[in-house]
Amino acid sequence: MRPILMKGHERPLTFLRYNRDGDMLFSCAKDHTPTLWYADNGQRHGTYRGHNGAVWCCDVSRDSSRLITGSADQTAKLWDVKTGKQLFSFKFSSPARSVDFSVGDKLAVITTDPFMERTSAIHVKRIADDPQDQVSDSVLVLENPEGRKRINRAVWGPLNQTIVSGGEDAILRIWDAETGKLLKETDKEVGHKQTITSLCKSADDSHFLTGSLDKTAKLWDMRTLTLIKTYTSGVPVNAVSMSPLLDHVVIGGGQDASAVTTTDHRAGNFEAKFYDKILQEEIGGVKGHFGPINALAFNPDGRSFSSGGEDGYVRLHHFDSDYFNIKI
Amino acid sequence: MAELDIDTRAAQLGIDWSQVNLDSVKLPPGENFGIESDDEGVYHDDQLEFDTGFGNIIVVDNLPVVPKTKFEKLENVLKKIYSQLGVIKERGLWMPVDPNTGTTLGYCFIEFNTPQEAQNAKEKTHGYKLDKSHIFAVNMFDDFDRLMNVKEEWEAPQTKPYVPGENLQKWLTDEKARDQLVTRSGPDTEVLWNDARQKNTELVHKRSYWTESYVQWSPLGTYLVTLHKQGAAVWGGADTFTRLMRYQHNMVKLVDFSPGEKYLVTYHSQEPSNPRDASKVEIKVFDVRTGRMMRDFKGSADEFSIGGPGGVAGASWPVFRWAGGKDDKYFAKLSKNTISVYETETFGLIDKKSIKVDNVVDICWSPTDSILSLFVPEQGGGNQPAKVALVQIPSKVELRQKNLFSVSDCKMYWQSSGEYLAVKVDRYTKTKKSTYSGFELFRIKERDIPIEVLELDNKNDKIIAFAWEPKGHRFAVIHGDQPRPDVSFYTMKTTQHGGRVTKLGTLKAKQANALFWSPTGKYIILAGLKNFNGQLEFFNVDELETMATTEHFMATDVEWDPTGRYVATAVTSVHEMENGFTIWSFNGKLLYRNLKDHFFQLAWRPRPPSFLSPEKEEEIAKNLKKYSKKYELEDQDVSLLLSEQDREKRKALKEEWEKWVKQWKSLQEEEKLARQNLRDGEISDEEEEEDEAKEVKEVEFEDVIDVTEEVVQE
Repeated sequence: MRPILMKGHERPLTFLRYNRDGDMLFSCAKDHTPTLWYADNGQRHGTYRGHNGAVWCCDVSRDSSRLITGSADQTAKLWDVKTGKQLFSFKFSSPARSVDFSVGDKLAVITTDPFMERTSAIHVKRIADDPQDQVSDSVLVLENPEGRKRINRAVWGPLNQTIVSGGEDAILRIWDAETGKLLKETDKEVGHKQTITSLCKSADDSHFLTGSLDKTAKLWDMRTLTLIKTYTSGVPVNAVSMSPLLDHVVIGGGQDASAVTTTDHRAGNFEAKFYDKILQEEIGGVKGHFGPINALAFNPDGRSFSSGGEDGYVRLHHFDSDYFNIKI
Repeated sequence: MAELDIDTRAAQLGIDWSQVNLDSVKLPPGENFGIESDDEGVYHDDQLEFDTGFGNIIVVDNLPVVPKTKFEKLENVLKKIYSQLGVIKERGLWMPVDPNTGTTLGYCFIEFNTPQEAQNAKEKTHGYKLDKSHIFAVNMFDDFDRLMNVKEEWEAPQTKPYVPGENLQKWLTDEKARDQLVTRSGPDTEVLWNDARQKNTELVHKRSYWTESYVQWSPLGTYLVTLHKQGAAVWGGADTFTRLMRYQHNMVKLVDFSPGEKYLVTYHSQEPSNPRDASKVEIKVFDVRTGRMMRDFKGSADEFSIGGPGGVAGASWPVFRWAGGKDDKYFAKLSKNTISVYETETFGLIDKKSIKVDNVVDICWSPTDSILSLFVPEQGGGNQPAKVALVQIPSKVELRQKNLFSVSDCKMYWQSSGEYLAVKVDRYTKTKKSTYSGFELFRIKERDIPIEVLELDNKNDKIIAFAWEPKGHRFAVIHGDQPRPDVSFYTMKTTQHGGRVTKLGTLKAKQANALFWSPTGKYIILAGLKNFNGQLEFFNVDELETMATTEHFMATDVEWDPTGRYVATAVTSVHEMENGFTIWSFNGKLLYRNLKDHFFQLAWRPRPPSFLSPEKEEEIAKNLKKYSKKYELEDQDVSLLLSEQDREKRKALKEEWEKWVKQWKSLQEEEKLARQNLRDGEISDEEEEEDEAKEVKEVEFEDVIDVTEEVVQE
């Protein structure tokens, strides 16, 4: 499995996203330009220029026509995927950390960081069919009970009825997407012990995987918030992803970037580790990055995956045929 | 009032100073005529400490009865005795006299400044022999009432029924002959069985906040000691670790057992308020079983640290070195120019004298005999040579001595059964700019203790590590330059030449900086810790072959279990990540890993030495096949059971997962319509199913693009 090294960003990667067809890969980084790549050969297709700060997250609509990005420049922007034109800009008074389109792409959930006097919040925006009709008003604003703690990720639950969020307070919460009521939250016993860094939904919205700095990743039922599995990694987890094809999960992370230079390059353990989703056992790992892994994404066909690192590279891996016959 | 003023006033009143006897002037008590005494402030402070009870008064009985003429003499004698032990209050000694005859009554009262002094004086002088017929009987004044009320008739003390204690050695009777280890991670301290067959640990006992700093096994494994603010405690017993004894010592920092685990030494040091002062050190020696304090030592840190060339700050632990063997008979302390050897019978110095050795910097006991080796460096700029000497205790006879020239440093290594002593000697080269190393090898058990000099093949090699084979005749040395030094093995005994040290072999360019012999010898681990990131090489010294080379990334600790069957390597919390431990077989096969965050400590529970005679052990070794059969069968059973269990477990997990998936699928089905509505009626689900059914087909396609003909001319 020879990776394709994609050098396009000048700063650490923050997020990776495939479109539904699996032919396009969107990457976000701390430089200000989200980039579109061909998911097959790793060629750069184009960039989306307009942000004035690190881009933290993105999502692409089901028909691959719209892209939404959240950035530290305190805006979330809607783009036309094909032309790279900016369609709309949602303005906030603090950095936008995560974005997610709902089923049907008519709503988007955007989280904002605590900043100055602002507490962290989850905003629900209506996305108009025609960008001309787009308004910036929020349909719903949810305030995190722990307002000074950042929310790192918020996504839609099944049928857009709920919103699931997780962040620095290490607690996962399920909100009613209509009323904004807090429905469920994880307790200290079973939940993560440290900042939740990443969250990845299954294709059918039935379960999701979270990664945390407490060196574990956990699998949850999306409707009941029941803990199903725990994967122990030994290093802080920054990124998680689930294979849509096989019962595998992949977990990435590594030693904190500030401590990297003080030790051997292997000490950081910048490895994308594969686990059996059911047995919770480690299957193998993919090395290569020389900084912590910040982003992971599976191609919807499950035959390739890509990882983005603090080192500024995206590595695109097409699995060898051996991978599909792994038995443990 | 200045002296001059007094003089002028005296002149005014017509008083001649020389005629006045100041002592005859008596002021009414409590009146000061408006003149404040210079020490008024001090006096007030004293009053604050005043103890209203009689706790500071002792009664000394059995004094000689003397007539009035000798009263003063006796009083002086008593004052002399008791003022050594504490400050007697002014007019604090009161010896009543018979009002008729004026003779003393044979007892007196002494009031000290503090109750502690009184207590001390009582303990020290009770039974003091003034002369043949007068042996002091000393009591606290406060105890007198109690003593007066003693019943005249003797009552037989009730014998308490004997309660058998727990079997402290129960862990040795484990049916599967497993070994225990203790780990500390986060707030938890756990004692675990190392169950290599099950490839996991089995919990014996777990407790949070069991200790406030660290834990330690006693040398024979009977006790586990924990450290607390109030002192140390030992734990042990059959199954649950119950507290067996406590040893009070505030803010204890370090502990040490005597090799036979009869005594426990505790250490505490107090940082001085003034940084220029030496810190204060207090060391106590306890009897482990009774919990009684046998002796305490107090002083400044200077007295307990060695004034070595490094000038190490603070005391080097252990301060007291215990003589080898299980008798726990002697312990020694090194201080400036003296070696103090104590015996445990009286807890006093042997012959009540320390051994004076000018400039001694290091001492080392033989692990089995009461022989002390000591090193004295060069003095007088090389005029007086350095020396290594062996001293027999308690006779203090020097058994052997060797003078060494132009030496910069020495290090002594005893072989574990006390047969050999290796002294690593660093010598200056002629230019005095650099040093080179060699060994002086003492054969203790042979007549006259012959010494042999060993130099490495390349004299300039630096010596990185040295280790004797436990109970064996071989040793290993890491020498040469980092990062790829060589490892050499030597033996003290060969069949060809009995009494000569011979090299067995050298391994070139190894990534190693530490040596770990198996406790049974024969096998050794060449470990590259710290800079080498945890390289491990398992080596068989009998065959001189490598059994396995592996790595436990970033390992900080390597420890053999007491039987030499397993090895634990650990990454402790000096590293942020990958904390935990790994268990290997003796030949370097990875058995299992155990990851634990904030991992601080791992220690195998030691075993007491085997009761089998060497002959019996040899016999077992010979017939090993016969014995091992039984265990091999057991192993097989366990591994079968394990794989069975494993299969079951996997099956259960898979079934559980299927249940989830089924539930999700049905929900997905239920919500199909709702989802379609959300997507404006797009029949999205079917499409997805179609996707799954789709198979990727690769079509190979060959095409001739262009054909040209070329004529190659010759």
